[in-house]
Amino acid sequence: MTARIQVTPNPKRGDVIEIRIAIQHPMETGFRLDDGGRAIPKNVVNKLVCRYNNVEIFRAEMGSGIAANPFLDFFTVAEASGELVFDWVDDQGQTGSERVALTVTG
Amino acid sequence: MTVPLRRAVLIAALAWHCAGAAAQQPTRPQPLKSGLEFTGPEVRELQQDDFANPGMLWITRGENLWQEAAGREGKSCAACHGDAKTTMKGVAVRYPRIDAGSARLINLEGRIQQCRERRQQAEPLKYESPELLALSAYVAQQSRGMPMSATIDWQNRHNFEAGRAMYNRRMGQMNLSCAQCHQDNWGKKLGPETISQGHSVAYPIYRLEWQTMGSLHRRFRSCLSGVRAELLPQGSPEFLDLELYLAWRAGGLPVETPGVRR
Repeated sequence: MTARIQVTPNPKRGDVIEIRIAIQHPMETGFRLDDGGRAIPKNVVNKLVCRYNNVEIFRAEMGSGIAANPFLDFFTVAEASGELVFDWVDDQGQTGSERVALTVTG
Repeated sequence: MTVPLRRAVLIAALAWHCAGAAAQQPTRPQPLKSGLEFTGPEVRELQQDDFANPGMLWITRGENLWQEAAGREGKSCAACHGDAKTTMKGVAVRYPRIDAGSARLINLEGRIQQCRERRQQAEPLKYESPELLALSAYVAQQSRGMPMSATIDWQNRHNFEAGRAMYNRRMGQMNLSCAQCHQDNWGKKLGPETISQGHSVAYPIYRLEWQTMGSLHRRFRSCLSGVRAELLPQGSPEFLDLELYLAWRAGGLPVETPGVRR
């Protein structure tokens, strides 16, 4: 699963930073039928967790209402340099992970 | 007849002849407008934001695939072509073009498939597969902002004429040609949608309707299905001819890959 992460560049300690993540995923709703009329089983990224230096700062539980290739955008306060780690799992049990380093000055 | 009069008659005859010839010349819409100008502001914003643009996920995938060794030769694209950011710049604007080996028309997807089979000795990539979409999007993106510049010469003229004929041929149960919407009636409404000029500059494209990336040939099939005509397979010679005609028709418009449309 390809994913892209973007964080506000060059934050200072105490700054509010924006974190954006996009994940390539079909987010199959479970309501659609294939060409043969059989139901396509639901398969969405149902859980996504973001940890900042091993502290969970964001969690999303998603369902059929989220469009394909989900794009999430949230804010946090830059406290220390370190790493943001994203982990997610879909209904078929496939997991994905992506990390980005964060350098905080001041 | 006096000399000046004879000259005037001659000029008139020449003008008449030229006017007749001009009517048969292929025409581009005037002025040329990218499909982006026919979409709403939200879609435009989505395409122009290099992070939010969902097509960028395929670009990232393509960038990774470019570096990945594949096949019996154990070579990656980068092993021969180096850094795509420099070597692939301006490549997409010249496609489709005549393949020197087979003397047949080939598009960017076809070239990638060919490279993979012959040079990497790897499993062929299926048309419309996520990998081929990612690679063709990544290569095409290197030409972003450069003007489409397909040239028509003696080698590809018959392909061009075949594409142009297909563009103007009525087809399907609706008995509509491409030109009737995209040449004669662009800018008008078809239901809630504004009819675009139908340019091929942003492919592969992320369509919100598809919820995924798709090739130009997939888009052709959507239109054929819309007029209830026979669906040709992706990569078929007819589609390649049409792609060449469209590349000529969009001549001068900047490449937008990865595009976003409704």
